[in-house]
Amino acid sequence: MSERKKIATRDSYGAALAELGHEHPEIVVLDADLASATKTGVFKKEFPDRHFNCGIAEANMMCVAAGLSTVGYVPFASTFAMFASGRAFEQVRNTIGYPHLNVKIGATHGGISVGEDGASHQCCEDFATMRSIPGMVVISPSDDVEARAAVKAAYEHKGPVYMRFGRSATPVINDTPDYKFELGKGIILRDGTDITIVATGLMVAEALDAADILAEQGISAQVINIHTIKPLDTDLIVSAAKKTGRIVTVEEHNIIGGLGEAVCSALSENYPVPVKRIGVNDEFGHSGPAADLLVQFGLCARNIADVAQAHLQSK
Amino acid sequence: MLAMNACKVRVGIIEATHGAKSGHPGGSLSSAEVLTYLYFKELNIDPKNPKMDTRDRFVLSKGHITPGLYSVLANRGFFPVEDLVKFRHIDSYLQGHPNMNMVPGVDMSTGSLGQGISTACGMALGLKKRGGPERVYALLGDGELQEGQVWEALMFGAHYKLDNLCVIVDNNNLQIDGAITDVMSPYPIKEKLEAFGYAVTEVDGHCFVELEKAFEIARGTKGKPSAILMKTTKGKGVSFMENKAAWHGKAPNDEEYKLAIQEFCEAQTALEEEK
Repeated sequence: MSERKKIATRDSYGAALAELGHEHPEIVVLDADLASATKTGVFKKEFPDRHFNCGIAEANMMCVAAGLSTVGYVPFASTFAMFASGRAFEQVRNTIGYPHLNVKIGATHGGISVGEDGASHQCCEDFATMRSIPGMVVISPSDDVEARAAVKAAYEHKGPVYMRFGRSATPVINDTPDYKFELGKGIILRDGTDITIVATGLMVAEALDAADILAEQGISAQVINIHTIKPLDTDLIVSAAKKTGRIVTVEEHNIIGGLGEAVCSALSENYPVPVKRIGVNDEFGHSGPAADLLVQFGLCARNIADVAQAHLQSK
Repeated sequence: MLAMNACKVRVGIIEATHGAKSGHPGGSLSSAEVLTYLYFKELNIDPKNPKMDTRDRFVLSKGHITPGLYSVLANRGFFPVEDLVKFRHIDSYLQGHPNMNMVPGVDMSTGSLGQGISTACGMALGLKKRGGPERVYALLGDGELQEGQVWEALMFGAHYKLDNLCVIVDNNNLQIDGAITDVMSPYPIKEKLEAFGYAVTEVDGHCFVELEKAFEIARGTKGKPSAILMKTTKGKGVSFMENKAAWHGKAPNDEEYKLAIQEFCEAQTALEEEK
C-alpha cells in the first residue's frame, strides 16, 4: 500500500485545466489570490490572457464568473473550499445556481487534511451547502486520475459544478487501463459480500486499505467510490445494501449533510439497512500534520476497519 | 417622446405593483427616466431577438425594482404590457425579482444586492475580451452601496480597465429603514467612485438632456470604467409617494392606484399639449 505514487488532487486540477485549455479556448480561470495554492498557476503560465486574478474577493469572483458564462466563456472559479462554498455560498446559490449558469467551481483545500492551517481553513461543510443548491453537481475525486477526469467531465456538463480537491498528496489508485469516469455513477473498486464501505475523495484509498485489513480478519468488504456526491448513484447504493446488508460511509466532511446523510436518505427511502457514518463528528478541526489529523479524527484505514467490524457484529 | 415613454413606464409600475399587491414602486419610479433612456435610446437591443449575441447588456443590480424593469421591457416590446398586472402571481413568469431564464430581455437574474454589479463586470470583461463593441450597464441603488461586494466589484472594474462598463447609481437618498444618511451613509459617493478609478458624471436622474450627455461621456471614456451618479426622487411622479421611504416596498391600494393613474393621465395630457 505504501508504495503507491502520491499526488495532491489540487495539482491534478491545475494540470487538467492547462491541458483542457488547449482544446477549448473558451475556458477561462479565475482566482482570488490563491493561484499558487489552487495550482491554477500552471494554466496561467500557459494562457496568461485567460487567467484573471480577482484579488481576495471571493464573493465578487463567483459573480464575475457568472457574468463571463453569459457571454460564451466557461469559467473555472478557483479558491479554497472554505471560501468557495462558505463565504461565497449566497453568491453561488443566487447568481450561479438559481440561473443555472455554466460555471465550474474548483475548490481546493477541502477537509481536515488541510493540516497546519487549522479549523478556519478546514472546510468540512461544503458537501452540505453545495448539495442543497438545486441543479448543482458536486464532485469529490479520489486521486489524480479521477480528478483530471472530473475536470473534463465538469467542462462537458452544461450547468454549475462544484469540485472539491485536496491539499495533501494522495495515493494514485485509479491508474488502471479500464478506468472510466461517468458523472453520477459510483464505481465498485473491490467486490465483497459481508459489508460495503462507501467512500469519497481521499477516503477511498483508506477504504481500500481498510478492506485489506478486514480481509485478514476473514471479512469480505466491498468498496464503492462515490466521486459524484450529487447526483448520487442511488441504484448502486441500493444494490450494495441488498447484497451486503450493512453499509459504512467514509468522508472527510462533517457527518451532517455530506455523503453519509445522502446515502442514508437514499437507503431509507428505497431499501433501509443499518448504516455507520464515519466523518468529522460535528466538531471543528485543529492544526497539525494532515496525516496525524486524519488518524486522530478516525479518517484512516484502521478506524474504518474497526467500525466496519463492530457494525457487522451488531448484526 | 422619451418623457411620454417614461410616463407609460410609470403607469406600468403602478399597474404591476397594484396587480401584485406587493412589490417596490418607490425605487422603480425614481429610475423610470434612466430605464426609459436606456431601453429607448442607449442600448443596442432587439425586442424580437432578446438573446442577440451582439446586444448591449443591462444588469438590474438593484433587483427589487422589477416593476420598473418589466414595465420598460414591456413598453419596449419584449412582452405584452397586459402581462404586467400578473407580476408576482403564482403562475406568472414575472417573478418578484428578475429571472433571466423566464423573462425576455432580462440579461441577469438578480435580487440579492451587490451581486449584479459583479456579474456586469464579468460580462464586460468577457465582451471586451471578445473584442466587440458591446457595452454593459449596471443600475445600483444608493443603499446597495452599503454591500461590501459592490466595492469588490468596483475595484475589479477599474483594475481590468473595463471602459465598456457603465455603473449607474440611483441616489434617491432613501432605503427601507429611512434616509441612507441615518441608516449607514455611503457619502461622499462621487468622491468614492472617483477614488476607485471611475469617470463620474453627476446628473439630475429625471432630466433626459442631462442623462443623454452623461451616457455620451460614458461611451467616450477610454481606459477606465464610467459611472453616472443620478440625483433622484424616490416615488417620483406620484405626489403621495414622493420622498417617502414607506413606498420602498409597498403596493398602492385600489384608491391609491386610481389617484396615481389619474396623476399620470394629467401628466400625459400636459405632455401632449407641449407637442
